[in-house]
Amino acid sequence: MPEEARRRDGEDAVVIPIGTGGRPGRGSGSARPSSAARNLAPSSRKASSAKPRRAGATDAPGKKARAGSGRATGSADETVVTPPTGGEAAKPPTTGIPVADWLAAAQGAAQEVFGADWERRAAELMAFCRRRLEGDYEVDDYGFDRELTERFFMAALRPIAEKWFRLEVRGLENIPAEGGALVVSNHSGTIPLDGLMTMLTVHDHAGRFLRPLGADLVFKLPVVSALARAGGATLACTEDAERMLSEGQLVGVWPEGFKGIGKPFSERYKLQRFGRGGFVSAALRTGVPIIPLSVVGAEEIYPLVGNVPSLARLLGVPYIPITPFFPWLGPLGLVPLPSKWILEFGEPIRTDAYEPGEAEDPMLVFNVTDQVRETIQHTLFDLLRDRGGVFG
Amino acid sequence: MGRVVLVTGISRDIGRRFARAATGDPSIDRVIGVDVVPPRGDIGDVSFVRADIRNPVIAKVIAKEDVDTVVHMSVIATPGSAGGRGTMKELNVIGSMQLLAACQRSATVERLVVKSTTTVYGSGPRDPAMFTEDMGPKRLPSSGYAKDVYEIEGYVRGFARRRPDVDVTLIRAANVVGPHVSSPLTNYFRLPVIPRVLGFDPRLQLLHEDDLMRVLRHAATTGIAGTFNVAGDGVMTLSQAVRRLGTPSVALPRFAVGRLGSTMRQARVSDFSPEQLGFLTYGRGVDTTRMRTVLGFEPQFTTAEAFADFRRSVTPSVEEGAGRA
Repeated sequence: MPEEARRRDGEDAVVIPIGTGGRPGRGSGSARPSSAARNLAPSSRKASSAKPRRAGATDAPGKKARAGSGRATGSADETVVTPPTGGEAAKPPTTGIPVADWLAAAQGAAQEVFGADWERRAAELMAFCRRRLEGDYEVDDYGFDRELTERFFMAALRPIAEKWFRLEVRGLENIPAEGGALVVSNHSGTIPLDGLMTMLTVHDHAGRFLRPLGADLVFKLPVVSALARAGGATLACTEDAERMLSEGQLVGVWPEGFKGIGKPFSERYKLQRFGRGGFVSAALRTGVPIIPLSVVGAEEIYPLVGNVPSLARLLGVPYIPITPFFPWLGPLGLVPLPSKWILEFGEPIRTDAYEPGEAEDPMLVFNVTDQVRETIQHTLFDLLRDRGGVFG
Repeated sequence: MGRVVLVTGISRDIGRRFARAATGDPSIDRVIGVDVVPPRGDIGDVSFVRADIRNPVIAKVIAKEDVDTVVHMSVIATPGSAGGRGTMKELNVIGSMQLLAACQRSATVERLVVKSTTTVYGSGPRDPAMFTEDMGPKRLPSSGYAKDVYEIEGYVRGFARRRPDVDVTLIRAANVVGPHVSSPLTNYFRLPVIPRVLGFDPRLQLLHEDDLMRVLRHAATTGIAGTFNVAGDGVMTLSQAVRRLGTPSVALPRFAVGRLGSTMRQARVSDFSPEQLGFLTYGRGVDTTRMRTVLGFEPQFTTAEAFADFRRSVTPSVEEGAGRA
């Protein structure tokens, strides 16, 4: 040991034992390790203590063989002592682990997965599964399945947000604790992951559910439509937006739509046109504040470098993405790049000062739309300056 | 002096039961049931007149009996019971036109209640989550029941314009379920294996049969004019409904469900119409605020309760088993 410590000090290097646990030899079967292996040995004491053991282990088969030949000749008295010890040494690792050990291991695993109060948590999980199978759960008028969203969708997204994209959230105090509000965000990333991440952020940090408004394509696609409704989304139309806002929900819109998520990588962080400003009239009519949200990082997850318009038209989708990795790497190309994300919720833009009738005034609607757009664009530039590198 | 109520479509179970229930109402003097075929069940104090609403005889019935309230509920949803799509369309559209013409000529008719359906809103991916009465379908129905109802509603609105002195109530009822109801949706839920459209989980909104009776009676006795969505509170998804039923289900692509539906229709197993396929893909929700605030009606069953009551009639064994366990 002191010798090892001295060596560490002197050479300023850490010896990391690999494979044989630092003991000499490569398990080649020869009793004597090779000279190279002997040089690798950290201390002479270890090597000497290992030697007899290895010798003994290699001796046993030799003895057995001798015993076998001995039995063949008829004299078996020598073999009576050695075989039982060899058998005993071989048995325990493969069989005979006591049931109590298995139970302890299972208990330990449960504790590892569910935490200290694992019994209650496991029972809850079972109850959850039973409720799902029997249909004993509630959905709201839009098909939002709160239990499934909290226990399944959010839980699945959380590690992606925290470990993969390392989400940084700013301006949380701008999300109202209650009452209707409209979160307006930029849209990017080829696949609307930014929407999912925003939903998770709002849920985890503000304790509210963000109800996203989705394009009609979302509700046309199988599987996606069912998941979207269960996750709390509804169609981006005036009726639904105003209904949700007047119910006091926190509603999320991405007014750039497909122009935003489907824009080429060269145009990253340049806000596209904000539609007809329908979201502003909905907010004006219901008198809820508009919260601008700027998301930095989503642009780099799937850098869109190309598009196949003819195939897209054939399939009825807005674009077929070509990224440096998709479709060349197949499913592997679907793994998003681990860019660093920053979400900043801006100061709410109040609309309750206007009369509800003013929602019909196109000039006012355009002005407010521009105000929201400018705010998001400027915040995007600021955040980009703050963020060291794309993956930093 | 109570009211004299004429009920069309009395041969069908729901019409017969409504007419019978209406005779018990203190504000109603007489109930006259009209249909081409006599009702099969007990009609109690209802006087049955065998008449075809497709010909002008109906005007004579209205004049002779001094009818002041007409409840039109003979719009049928399935061609199977009528004997073909042609007959169904004639019964629905021509019958309604004749009935409205007779009402227009009549001096005694004060109220008209038409049982319509939320099917007029259609089902599609571009639908809002909840339809209000002012909204129309996003895409005009091209065939079948939905088109009939859409046309009938047009004629009813025309009638309301021409006879502003008559209170016209249009009840757009959500899909009716209950132990006695035989409709495309209830037949669908009674299938041994329920086919579902892969990747879609439509929202369903249901109305219990008792609530339908009550709302029609409410409309006939109060005479509040207007168009009203009537549905139980809350929605449930198809997957939820199937799980609560405990029936096995199989998810198939949309075209396969459509093919299966037409096969079942040909085999007379179940009426699986194109609008039903749309409904089972995209679902539908209606806003019932006006039902509460203007019509002043409160359904007794929520969507979930209505379905639970229906389920007891489908799988009694399951329920008993659960009770014992």
